[in-house]
Parts: sequence; structure tokens; C-alpha cells
Amino acid sequence: MKIIVCVKQVPDTTEVRIDPVKGTLIREGVPSIMNPDDKAGLEAALRLKDEQGAHVSVICMGPRQADTVLREALAMGADAAYLISDSAFSGADTWATSCTLAAAITKLNYDLIITGRQAIDGDTAQVGPEIAEHLGIPHISYCEDLNVEGSEVVVKRQFEDRYQILRAKMPALITALGEMNVPRYMTPGGIFEAYREKQIILWTRLDIPVADGDIGLKGSPTRVTKTFPKQMKQPGIKIETGVEESVQFAMDKLKEKYLL
Amino acid sequence: MTIKEKAVFVFAEQVDGQITPVSFELIGKARELAEKLDSQVVALLPGFKVTNLTQELIVHGAQAVVIADHLDLEHYRTEPFTQVISQIIEQYQPEIVLFGATSIGRDLAPRVAARIHTGLTADCTALEIEEETDRLLMTRPAFGGNLLATIVCPEHRPAMATVRPGVMIKRTPEEKATAEVIPFEGSITENQMYTTIQDVLKKGSSKHDIQDARIIVAGGRGMRSREGFALLQDLADVLGGEVGGSRAAVEAGLQDKSKQVGQTGKTVRPVLYIACGISGAIQHLAGMEESDFIIAINSDTTAPIFNVADVGIVGDAFKIVPKLTEAIRSERENR
Repeated sequence: MKIIVCVKQVPDTTEVRIDPVKGTLIREGVPSIMNPDDKAGLEAALRLKDEQGAHVSVICMGPRQADTVLREALAMGADAAYLISDSAFSGADTWATSCTLAAAITKLNYDLIITGRQAIDGDTAQVGPEIAEHLGIPHISYCEDLNVEGSEVVVKRQFEDRYQILRAKMPALITALGEMNVPRYMTPGGIFEAYREKQIILWTRLDIPVADGDIGLKGSPTRVTKTFPKQMKQPGIKIETGVEESVQFAMDKLKEKYLL
Repeated sequence: MTIKEKAVFVFAEQVDGQITPVSFELIGKARELAEKLDSQVVALLPGFKVTNLTQELIVHGAQAVVIADHLDLEHYRTEPFTQVISQIIEQYQPEIVLFGATSIGRDLAPRVAARIHTGLTADCTALEIEEETDRLLMTRPAFGGNLLATIVCPEHRPAMATVRPGVMIKRTPEEKATAEVIPFEGSITENQMYTTIQDVLKKGSSKHDIQDARIIVAGGRGMRSREGFALLQDLADVLGGEVGGSRAAVEAGLQDKSKQVGQTGKTVRPVLYIACGISGAIQHLAGMEESDFIIAINSDTTAPIFNVADVGIVGDAFKIVPKLTEAIRSERENR
């Protein structure tokens, strides 16, 4: 079985701070990490490899320094790694990103493609389903558990109030939820191999069979027109008194607002 | 029947024959957008034996309904729903198509956008029509809620967006409203992209959706234990509200994921929100700061939750919450 896992390098958004004076993002010192949902997807692929035998390839689109997440994936146990990196691809929205990744994937053999449900810097959850559409294969998103039975993939798919157990014929694409597993750590031997033995294959513009009109900023149907920090509402009254006084104050306010 | 040019389409999501509340919120917003465009709001209703739901959509403001009633649409599956929505869009060429940012909407919308080749903006919290250009301005949180970004779709039509539940306001129902119901004229074809539903497992958690609650008492890491959350439940009970939790509380196993408030949980705007032992990470504030009245109880005087609270109480929630519950109970009994 051949599995392709798509991973993204993202800033750890829990570490992002806003400059209180300028109202802009402070990016310095924010660590770059493998997107958590993608990492869970990689772990799911590696478990299938452990249980049933599989060849796991990892693909990442991003700047050259995104190779660190591919090294991490190799050190966790992935067999091959591809970095799609070219200034022609920059500024891509989800349409252009999915066109680029889908075109890259057509160069490889695959039975199963796994992406994260969404990336923590964009939260769109669009790229996985869009890749599947470009490739003409089924997708199942919000995967909490997954198994391969013969030529079918069986997925526990999360909804707000229920799960569906869904079957799809392979080749198929799955989008993984971060909560589906706890990813393994890199092993010292794995790290050694990832840096000394294994190669990351670099693909630039000419390596990807995709139309110019479908890549980068120019190939993106959407445009960001502005970004701005969130307007926080004005704080109200803060009190620091004893328990009795605090409760009385809260009661007065609740009555004043007719909330009781 | 002709549908006006520049129409605003809304995907009417239904599960087990119940329309998901966000669909009504979308219709409410779509009416505002359609008025600016001199056009109309059309609800798209795929399902099986759902004819009885059309009037509910009309009562909430839909000015036409396109209904696709087919056995393949009985339960949500990506491919047959994508076929229906894509064909309706191609036939009527709307200006805008809106979906709820639910686990169905966020699955369906990207598949449709890729099939018809247009742009899609995820999880919008504000939508407006730009004066002069008539473009749809779609605003959404980025970087985990640290920033807001406004996005446009300049050349491709329709502009598509998923919209966070709980953010837009539904219209006052007009019981006597009437509108045309148009049957879907396209075809639904089983292909290799079909999936099979083998089983459905309902989650055990309570049916009460915190997005429908008028009053929410929410707890964070500071409530420490199940005993701490039991105090919140007592307060919620006496107020007739629901108990919610921050991401930290959910990750600590103190509250169910379905009750999580915030960027990765639910957006709520209750009449009263009482935050107990919640420090107020920006991801949490993103989900609750639109509440009408916010009371925060936290022992840390520097907690960011106080920046959005109408009433901030610096103190021990374990002591204050039971006293507050008691005070409200006796107030009610004395009436």
C-alpha cells in the first residue's frame, strides 16, 4: 500500500502575540512546527505501515526552510519526502494550493492520501477536500479513526452530535483530526537517518504539471484586502473585595440588567 | 420561475429532518446582502422527504427554495450533495453562496468550490457588500483569532463563504410569508466518489446545545476538578442556563468537547455569560466576547478575561460561586 501524507509547516499560533502599540503580529521567536492535525495524519499512516506494511511519502509545500518538518517526518518513520518550493507558488489560496499539491501527487503512486483537517494558521479545512476533487477521488474529512480493509478505507467520521462509520473505495483522501492519536516521537536512530541517509526531493515550478493560471497569487480566486487586530470591547468594572461584597455587587448588577 | 440576477444562495442544512439553526442565521444575513444587491435570497434544500421543511425556511426569510428530494440525499454524504449544489449553482449563476461552518458545511463547501472553480472563504464572522463595487467583503479570524482578515473574490462567481454558527442574527419569523418552491432539475449519479455509511453512532452528551442557551456558566482550568464543575452546574441550574468550558477544561476532561466555547469550539452570544476560573486566552475570547453581559470570576487580577468582562470579580470562584448560587436562589424564592 502506498500512502501520501501532506504536511504544512506553521507558526505555533498559541505563541503568537500582538504588539500592543502597533497592533501587529509579533512573529519573532515564534517557533515553527509541523501542523498538529497533519502530524496526527502522519502518525495514522505510520501505524498502518506498522500493522499492514506500507510505503509512506510525505509532501510539503512551503519555503525552503520548511524542510525541517520533512526531516521530522522522516525521523518519525516516513520513507520518502518531497518539498514543493518555488516563488511561483507563493501567495496561493486554498484553490491554488490544492491545484499545486494535486498536480504533484499525480507524479506519485498512491492508494491513500492523508491530510490534516486544517492548519492552525489558516483554519480553513479546504485543501484536503479540494485535492480530492482535483484528483477525482472520494474524501472523508474529520477522521477520528481509520482502518484499511481490502480495497476500502473505513473511517470514523466526527460530526457535532454523532459519528458516521464511512467506507470509501481507494484511492481515497482522508483528513485527520488532531485528537485521533498521540504522534510518536522521533527516535535517535530515526533522526540520524533523516539527516544522513534519507534525502528530501526538491520540486520547483517546472517539476509540477500544473497550469500557470492555477498557481500562486495570480491563480488564487480569493484575495486578502486587509488584516487588522481585533477590536476588544472596553472593560467594565473590576472589583477586588471580599466574598460577601463581591456576591452582593454581582447580584445588584444582575438585577439592574433584569437578568434575574 | 426565474431567479433574479445576483441572487444570494444559502445552503439549508438539515440533519434527521431538522434544519440546523445556522441556516436561519445565514438567511437573516443573506437578506441584508440581497437588499444591497437588489436581489433575493434562495435556500437550497437537499434531503429525502424534506418537503415539509420548505415553509420553515420561507418563514425565516427565504424568498425562494430549491428542493432536491432524493433517496441518495437521505443522510449527508459529500458526493451526492456536491452534485446537487454544484448543478444548482451552474444553472442559476448566483452572486453569493453561503454555508454554515459546521462539520457538514466545511466538508461540502470546499468540494463544491473546487468543482465549479471559485474562491471560498472559511469561518467568516462578518459579511458585507462593499459600496460602489458591490463586492462581498468576507471577514474572518486568522492566526488563531489573533488577527482579522478581510477577503474578497474579485473575478470568480459565485463568491462562497462558510459562516460561523452563532454569529449572524436570524430574522423574526413571519408565519404568513410565502415563496416559490422550485424542484431540482438536475441528475444525481452514483460514481466512484460515493462513500457508504456503514453505521451511525450518536454521541452520548446531552442534547442541549450551548449555542441555544440564553445563559452560560463557563469554567476553565481554574475550576480544577469535577467538583468545581458541579458548583458551576448548580449555578447554571438556578439560572436556567447551560455549563460551558474553555479549551483547557475540555482538554483536562472536565467538560465535553461539544460544550467548548472558543475559536476551536463554539461561538456563543448569550444574554449572560459567567466565566469562572477562565484566564481568557484570545482563542476563548473569540468565542464569547459578543455575549450581552459578561461576569468574570478569577483569582488572578491580571487575567485577560477581565478586559472583556462587564463585571470582573477578583476572588476565589470556589467560594464565590456557591454564595452567588445561594443568593440567586433566595432572591427567586422571595419573589
